[in-house]
Amino acid sequence: LVCLRLHPGAGQDVGRSCILVSIAGKNVMLDCGMHMGYNDDRRFPDFSYITQNGRLTDFLDCVIISHFHLDHCGALPYFSEMVGYDGPIYMTHPTKAICPILLEDYRKITVDKKGETNFFTSQMIKDCMKKVVAVHLHQTVQVDEELEIKAYYAGHVLGAAMFQIKVGCESVAYTGDYNMTPDRHLGAAWIDKCRPDLLISESTYATTIRDSKRCRERDFLKKVHETVERGGKVLIPVFALGRAQELCILLETFWERMNLKAPIYFSTGLTEKANHYYKLFITWTNQKIRKTFVQRNMFEFKHIKAFDRAFADNPGPMVVFATPGMLHAGQSLQIFRKWAGNEKNMVIMPGYCVQGTVGHKILSGQRKLEMEGRQILEVKMQVEYMSFSAHADAKGIMQLIRQAEPRNVLLVHGEAKKMEFLKQKIEQEFHVSCYMPANGETATIFTNPSIPVDISLGLLKRETAIGLLPDAKKPKLMHGTLIMKDNSFRLVSPEQALKELGLAEHQLRFTCRVHIQDPRKEHETVLRVYNHLKGVLKDYSVQHLPDGSITVESILIQATAHSEDQGTKVLLVSWTYQDEELGSYLTSLLKKGLPQSTA
Amino acid sequence: MAAHLKKRVYEEFTKVVQQQHEDVSAKKLRLTKPSKSAALHVDLCKATSPADALQYLLQFARKPVEVESVEGVVRILLEHYYKENDASVRLKIASLLGLLSKTAGFSPDCIMDDAINTLQNEKSHQVLAQLLDTLLVIGTKLTENPSVRMRLVEVACKHLTDSSHGVRNKCLQLIGCLGPVEKGVAKEAESQAAKDVQKIIGDHFNDQDPRVRTAAIKAMASGAATLQLHERGLKLQQAIYSQACKLLADDYEQVRSAAVQLIWVLSQLYPESIVPIPSSNEEIRLVDDAFGKICHMVSDGSWVVRVQAAKLLGSMQQVSSHFLEQTLDKKLMSDLRRKRTAHERAKELYSSGEFSSGRKWGDDAPKEEIDTGAVNLIESGACGAFVHGLEDEMYEVRIAAVEALCMLAQSSPSFAEKCLDFLVDMFNDEIEEVRLQSIHTMRKISNNITLREDQLDTVLAVLEDSSRDIREALHELLCCTNVSTKEGIHLALVELLKNLTKYPTDRESIWKCLKFLGSRHPTLVLPLVPELLSTHPFFDTPEPDMDDPAYIAVLVLIFNAAKSCPTMPALFSDHTFRHYAYLRDSLSHLVPPLRLPGRKLLSSPVSPSITPHEDPSQQFLHQSLERVYNLQHLDPQGIQELLEFTIRDLQRLGELQSELAGMADFTATYLQCQLLLIKALQEKLWNVAAPLYLKQNALASAAAKQILEETYKMEFMYSGVESRQVVIIHHMRLQAKALQLIVTARTTRGVEPLFGMCEKFLQEVDSFQRCFISELPHMQGSFVDKLLDLMPRLVTSKPSEVVKILQTTLRQSTFLHLPLPEQLHRATANIIEPTGESDNPLRFTSGLVVALDVDATLEHVQDPQGTVKVQVLYPDGQAQIIHPKPADFRNPGPGRHRLITQVYLSHTAWTEPCQIEVRLLLAYNSNRSKASAKIPKSSWSESLEALPQSENGIEGTIPFSKPVKVYIMPKPARR
Repeated sequence: LVCLRLHPGAGQDVGRSCILVSIAGKNVMLDCGMHMGYNDDRRFPDFSYITQNGRLTDFLDCVIISHFHLDHCGALPYFSEMVGYDGPIYMTHPTKAICPILLEDYRKITVDKKGETNFFTSQMIKDCMKKVVAVHLHQTVQVDEELEIKAYYAGHVLGAAMFQIKVGCESVAYTGDYNMTPDRHLGAAWIDKCRPDLLISESTYATTIRDSKRCRERDFLKKVHETVERGGKVLIPVFALGRAQELCILLETFWERMNLKAPIYFSTGLTEKANHYYKLFITWTNQKIRKTFVQRNMFEFKHIKAFDRAFADNPGPMVVFATPGMLHAGQSLQIFRKWAGNEKNMVIMPGYCVQGTVGHKILSGQRKLEMEGRQILEVKMQVEYMSFSAHADAKGIMQLIRQAEPRNVLLVHGEAKKMEFLKQKIEQEFHVSCYMPANGETATIFTNPSIPVDISLGLLKRETAIGLLPDAKKPKLMHGTLIMKDNSFRLVSPEQALKELGLAEHQLRFTCRVHIQDPRKEHETVLRVYNHLKGVLKDYSVQHLPDGSITVESILIQATAHSEDQGTKVLLVSWTYQDEELGSYLTSLLKKGLPQSTA
Repeated sequence: MAAHLKKRVYEEFTKVVQQQHEDVSAKKLRLTKPSKSAALHVDLCKATSPADALQYLLQFARKPVEVESVEGVVRILLEHYYKENDASVRLKIASLLGLLSKTAGFSPDCIMDDAINTLQNEKSHQVLAQLLDTLLVIGTKLTENPSVRMRLVEVACKHLTDSSHGVRNKCLQLIGCLGPVEKGVAKEAESQAAKDVQKIIGDHFNDQDPRVRTAAIKAMASGAATLQLHERGLKLQQAIYSQACKLLADDYEQVRSAAVQLIWVLSQLYPESIVPIPSSNEEIRLVDDAFGKICHMVSDGSWVVRVQAAKLLGSMQQVSSHFLEQTLDKKLMSDLRRKRTAHERAKELYSSGEFSSGRKWGDDAPKEEIDTGAVNLIESGACGAFVHGLEDEMYEVRIAAVEALCMLAQSSPSFAEKCLDFLVDMFNDEIEEVRLQSIHTMRKISNNITLREDQLDTVLAVLEDSSRDIREALHELLCCTNVSTKEGIHLALVELLKNLTKYPTDRESIWKCLKFLGSRHPTLVLPLVPELLSTHPFFDTPEPDMDDPAYIAVLVLIFNAAKSCPTMPALFSDHTFRHYAYLRDSLSHLVPPLRLPGRKLLSSPVSPSITPHEDPSQQFLHQSLERVYNLQHLDPQGIQELLEFTIRDLQRLGELQSELAGMADFTATYLQCQLLLIKALQEKLWNVAAPLYLKQNALASAAAKQILEETYKMEFMYSGVESRQVVIIHHMRLQAKALQLIVTARTTRGVEPLFGMCEKFLQEVDSFQRCFISELPHMQGSFVDKLLDLMPRLVTSKPSEVVKILQTTLRQSTFLHLPLPEQLHRATANIIEPTGESDNPLRFTSGLVVALDVDATLEHVQDPQGTVKVQVLYPDGQAQIIHPKPADFRNPGPGRHRLITQVYLSHTAWTEPCQIEVRLLLAYNSNRSKASAKIPKSSWSESLEALPQSENGIEGTIPFSKPVKVYIMPKPARR
């Protein structure tokens, strides 16, 4: 029995993801995220827990990052440069491209704006990125001789991947964040039937089954369209990456289809750079974009232009995407203040808003907002909420489990109460055990590894030829010699084993006496036995030899009269070790006695 | 054996010699070409290396083999097969054997034994597989013979233990195709064998190779299907169903895909059988269980399986309704509380009589708590299968799901009602094809449904789509939808008018749409009339502009509604009546006759004297034709005049009556041909010496040429032409050819060229006779009739005599009566784009290409993919013919096609812009004509069909659209 040990950094919690997996003696860290809610030491995972004052590089064999969201990769420079890790870091190509932009942006906000010290620097981000090894989808990467990893498509955001980690015959699949329903720019997550020992799945929406995305999209488009036709302006506060691109594609294609002329703007900065990468990594997008990019790359927007501050005051209808998404600061808030007074305008919140932000306030129906400087802002514009989320819902999670067919499931990245429900469902539907460790708690999973053994081709052919039809599903009995030598297992034929080991062959023979009450003469008894056996063992060759003995295959039977009692005949049955099965059957048959001859 | 073969070959080689030996049998006379088998034998003997032999075989395979020599060829091939050491050559021979046994008219039972014998000693797995394939071909040709089948199945069973998957595959295929049908001869023994076959195939469901598993499942499915065909009891055992269900969880997609198919087949065969539900004591119908299982596969990991599953769902119409309705049900929840879907909310909003006031956050707030035990996340039933299918990543799956929805909804009105919301949602799909498909689907089921206002709203939103296809499909949909309220009608009208202003080219289609909308909902239109006509009870309102397409649209709606709503005209103002009269005349297909007060005469001009069931125009057509046929013996001048008048009448009739246009044009063309022929023969100068009348000569040969062209038009441009007409057309063509021959004979000096021409003409007469032998009795007194009487004389006489005979027969022959078919439509094409109105030249750099979008509608064209071509004529006389891709043709309705393609233009630099002409051509090939279709084709291999079958196959094109001019300007390239 071998065990899999896990130390989740984000067990029953949506925050930072960081999971340590020990699999067959290898230690792998899955994701290295930070918690957005904290500004102190708690924001990064506690790496000293792993090492207990040793060097990280010695302990960890590799680090895998599933996608570029900061709660999955935010602590990476801190971890590799400040704590010190020099081993390989694996991520997909788009993640490698976009990740440093986000890290740099995050660093700027914390260091330059909030003035924090003791934070990683731009140089550290660069150095950290040098340690990254980029992987392709479905490419099997050999980390060292035993450890291999393979990436699968996960949807969610551009470049998000699920990883399968395999050591020998033990394997773990880690999903990161994933989405089982395709959206306007990304496809659905997919994994083959890899049957891992353990599937680590996120469970953000463990208790939700979502409505069809088409209704949401249609609603969104209808709202925007109506407002624009009325001559109103639409503000859509978004975060720079991910949903923003989906909504852009949605609006862009709608504009194209409906031949609309109103301008769409996108606030500049981060987004432009990111859009550039979306253009490049076409293979990571959904079917439609991949198929049509030869005619036109969908991310080369025709209708969406860069936003300038001055445009906000232009007359006429327009649609503006502005950051940040919760209306708590920056450009989106500025535009909101300008447009809030007109009832023709509309603001659409495409995502969740944290309590205390302007976004949350207007969503909960507040119509008068107090801004800084005791200004009162009256909100006359329409406020809409549309949820566009890219996580798998309960059904999606179940679907993924069905696809991968794992032996165990472990849920992370979700709330304890919701996970409990899903856990119960998984155990009930799939009859596999399911775990949900809390932060820092270690889960140990026992596996039942199968051990591969090399078999010589000659033996295999010989043995398969014996049976009638090869049957894939049923185990098959084989005769051979197992040689365990130099840490390898081989199954060879006995002759070859003897030859290799330089041993002479010994024969082992069993002999057994069976007493039969039979007053007749010896050769008559022999004849009776012969006839009896011939009648019973139809499939075997039973022969009566001229010297008065009987052979059944290679088993020899001789009869002599008992020295004392002439009425009792002694049957001598002799067989070799290889024929043990038949031999013992034969003796038990003879012990039952001969049938009373009817003749 | 070999000696016998040699002899045989030798015989075939020397058959010419044999003919001289007076040993002439009827069969040998027909052998005019050198024998194929002999040539092959020589080639194969010459071959020094396997590569050479392979080359010869490949060449040989390209040519057809006559039925008579197939057996000989097979023997030669087999002989070489035994001698050959190289596996690849043997493989080719084996495949050739299969091809040869497919030859029509050849019965392969004589070569079966040999083919089976070859199996014995074969070592190569590939060759074995190929041989089994050949046996399969032989077996399928001999399905009526049970003993052959038994034997083949036995052979296949023997090879089932082969270690190669290819061989096992073929064995299973063979067993599947030929195995289980052996009943009827001796029931008891045979059904035993059939059961065994099932068991044998069933055993291979667990084969280690996924390809073999797939083959086994397919064999079983085809076996099951044939079982049903022969209706001989013996149900596939329950065990097979449960085995198939297990295979749904196979690791390989092709196995799963085949298993889905097998389950479907079983569910179609035994829908009412009862199967137990595992882990409970309940039992359900097999079709329901299968439906659930296939639904489950709609969320499979492989999209191939998903497409397959979604497609099959559509054809499972026996499934019970509550299972069916589950497919659209996906229980929503949020944090363990039940949530209503957006569809439900929309419905509620609508029924509460309140319009969506804009959503608040938490509008979709979850309601009641859910019992955690009752929620079934991965359900075994059909839950939400279509919801998943319609949201799938691959558009292939989505289309399949839409199609399946369509088929199921057509058979179940309640399901149609339910799936409406989902279909409406699909109108917003990102792929146009899917949108289009869902619109079409909606149209097909629209008889069963009535659109709610909110649904109509979503539907109408799509009217702004920039794709013409989508808009037109939507118009068609609106033509046959039921709307429930007058607001709905108003909404539809407003949106359609909006569409009209945005895309003025949609005019016709929108008018048509409003016509149907009006005639379907007269009572809903009635209360809207004052508003629509903007009349006022007290004041006169200004008269709207009569040429405004929007106003016409409104009027079309109202007039069509008024047809079945007699109270409506009372609401019209004066100018409306005037406009009615105008529109009734100018747009008669859109505006119905109305019974207007005081205008009875205007609206019903039809005089009562004509019997109601006989259409007067049809009668006129027949009358004028009768007149022509009856007046055979008028003087030449009179006939000519009568023909001219009749042609003129018919042409005018065709213009007036669109439904008779095809018929009228067809007859007019025929009469035109006749007229030309008469005119050509009437020339006085026929008897003058040859070189003197160049003018007459020009006229006659031009006439002959034109008649030829017209006959091709008659034959290929009309749909609905029957063989009776084809004979007449061919006859006319024969006459034209005779005329041509006469003219040439008169104008050319010397006899040599005439020999060839005469012979060709006689051949044509001969082939005419062969093709239309059954029609000849109807052609008493005609040209060909007389000609055939004179045939023995013609064959032996000199060309000059032939010409003389022809000339007299041509003059004496009578005019054939052209029977009219029931339905006759002329193929027409109309190029919508380019419009030919643009003054801005299309500029491009010379030497590079520019793409020109061509959009055209085709009517009554059969097989447009094969026949319609685009021709581009450059000003320098250069012509270019472009074959559009098959995918460029859409089929919006019966008899109608739409061609949307791109034509690439290129030219060297010009100094100034110039116009090119674009037009559509209808290509024809006289071989493909209806007449020769009757002659049995010896289709031996695919390559054969590309070869011309007879020497007189004429290919040509008929222009059938007005040319459109496009202004282009190739600029010299800048360096």
